[in-house]
Amino acid sequence: MSILVTAHTKLLVQGITGSFGARHTQLSLAYGTQVVAGVTPGKGGQKFEKAVPIFDTVAEAVRQTGATASAIFVPPAFAADAILEGVDAGLDLAVCITEGIPVNDMVKVKRAMEGKKTRLIGPNCPGIVTPGEGPDSHGGCRIGIAPGYIHKKGNVGVVSRSGTLTYEAVWQLTCRGAGQSTCVGIGGDPVNGTSHLDVIKMFSDDPETHGIIMIGEIGGSAEEEAAEWIKQHCEKPVAGFIAGATAPPGRRMGHAGAIVSGGKGTAAAKIAAFKEAGIAVAPTPSEMADTLLKIMR
Amino acid sequence: MNIHEYQAKELLAAHGVTVPPGEVCDTPQAAKSIAERLFAKGDKVVVVKSQIHAGGRGKGTFKSGFQGGVKLCKSPDEVFEKASAMLGNVLVTKQTGLEGRLVRKILVAGAPPIKKEFYLAVLLDRASARPLMMVSTEGGMDIEEVAATHPEKIVKETIDPAIGMMPYQARKLARALGLTGDLISAGAKLLLGVYTTWWECDASMVEINPLCIVEALGGKEALVAVDAKIGLDDNAIYRHPDIQVMRDLGEEAPLEIEASKFNLNYIKLDGNIACLVNGAGLAMATMDIIQHFGGRPANFLDVGGGASKEQVTAAFRIILSDPNVKGILVNIFGGIMDCNVIATGIVAAVRETSLKLPLVVRLEGNNVKAGKATLAESGLTITSGESMADAAQRIVKLVS
Repeated sequence: MSILVTAHTKLLVQGITGSFGARHTQLSLAYGTQVVAGVTPGKGGQKFEKAVPIFDTVAEAVRQTGATASAIFVPPAFAADAILEGVDAGLDLAVCITEGIPVNDMVKVKRAMEGKKTRLIGPNCPGIVTPGEGPDSHGGCRIGIAPGYIHKKGNVGVVSRSGTLTYEAVWQLTCRGAGQSTCVGIGGDPVNGTSHLDVIKMFSDDPETHGIIMIGEIGGSAEEEAAEWIKQHCEKPVAGFIAGATAPPGRRMGHAGAIVSGGKGTAAAKIAAFKEAGIAVAPTPSEMADTLLKIMR
Repeated sequence: MNIHEYQAKELLAAHGVTVPPGEVCDTPQAAKSIAERLFAKGDKVVVVKSQIHAGGRGKGTFKSGFQGGVKLCKSPDEVFEKASAMLGNVLVTKQTGLEGRLVRKILVAGAPPIKKEFYLAVLLDRASARPLMMVSTEGGMDIEEVAATHPEKIVKETIDPAIGMMPYQARKLARALGLTGDLISAGAKLLLGVYTTWWECDASMVEINPLCIVEALGGKEALVAVDAKIGLDDNAIYRHPDIQVMRDLGEEAPLEIEASKFNLNYIKLDGNIACLVNGAGLAMATMDIIQHFGGRPANFLDVGGGASKEQVTAAFRIILSDPNVKGILVNIFGGIMDCNVIATGIVAAVRETSLKLPLVVRLEGNNVKAGKATLAESGLTITSGESMADAAQRIVKLVS
């Protein structure tokens, strides 16, 4: 198994005809992902790449293709609406790649999603990859913008706020022969659909995941919450890294959520929480894979 | 985005929050005229406040030696004198750094006698993903210190974004501040106005410190927002053209403004090793690894996912405008973008800027072999790093 998605997951893409969405849909198709539908209002009836049917609404796409997951590539001003359209259509999973969504829009979305079955990943995230068994991990499920070829099917779960830092960890693992069960980028915004803790719980329950790399960064307290749970409940080896030890307080470091404010959310506090929970902390981002592999042996 | 106190008060007043009467100006003569009007309406004391985007103004010192960026005055002439000492001078506070900030504008406002000071703020509670209003009877104090030493003196109310702040929540907080009688409903109205300001303006934070019970004209007690600070969500600015125009470029670092024109996310730090990285997380991690190996990062610089040749060249130019920079570390994980395109961009940037400083490049990812070959065949002195750690160690050594 894996978490969230498998090679059989049927994916639809919201914003499939935009340049960003189109490019990454092509890459997902090339990776072997089951992209069964696209949604662009007004373009229903057309086909993407002569193969993937386009619908006007998510509800129609779901009804006619049985898609259960969505990749959202719509511009920031329309992203909240797109997420809730996916929720309304009864998707299991909505993965929102869009960067730059107003925080209050996400506050409303999160409130509106209470009690709904849809799980949101992101926004402002690289997405999810469950590697496949083919060459360069072909045949897996790639939702979002991560490079597929850096992955390898295996037993390490990776969860991170950051895109390129996730790729770094994944590539380090793959270069050392260690494959991944699923890699999840939860996004760098202050309000997101799925937290480190949510993903850690799933990895903890997934028999195919034997070890976990958790990558965090400054801002908020999500890493501390995950660490607390790991301390109490997680029996699998976990390695961690926190980015932003050198970030000045009060400044947003690229990600909207990466800010130390009022003395809260420092790297030092997060690293201390990791150590307290028995998580092996990588001393540098170059050693994320090695740190985990050392404790997995 | 941050705005000035006088702008924050304009936004609050537009949402029904009482602020002391006052006006902003940029000459001592105008300050004097504003003061004359305020005294004529019955104010006994008038305050002159330096408008800069940094806290600690009252206890700050001007580079001229003049003490205090906030001054109480009892006559229009005194206002003229204090305004002359502030305008066009550089104010250094605990938040500005040693370079301080040039005071271009001052707020001149009525300063009725203060009977009690409170603290009030609205912000996003990230853990619950809901707005949170917090109040404290410890007004005028550093709230972080109150939170550390007397957490029980901070009272919080979480707000359901589906219905907004309810009047009963505002009354609860008003009572928590010890308000009684007529001041309960006045306080509740003010608190609701502050929440509405936060929500309607897409603020990331509204802070009123102090919120005061003052003796208003005629001897009655009134609640007013004596100081105000508003931070705004950059992602939402596009839908607030009225707030966009409040941006004061004079308060922002020139290099950061230049970077934003090329969609580069640059933040200047005080070290000497510049870095150029794709992705915010990796960029932070690169700064960290430089420090880990004994170096000091000169900046945070995220060129984003699809760095173009133009962006890389602009990034080099910006990095090199910082006179502290003694070496550059480029760290690119080219997942989908072609490493050779990046390498070509780096070579072009090095030539265009006639780079003389040590440069270490760590490339990884798509088409990395061709990228490394392009760097090697350029004839330029570019050191290649095999891993992040290797690259960081090399640049630290080259710079020291």
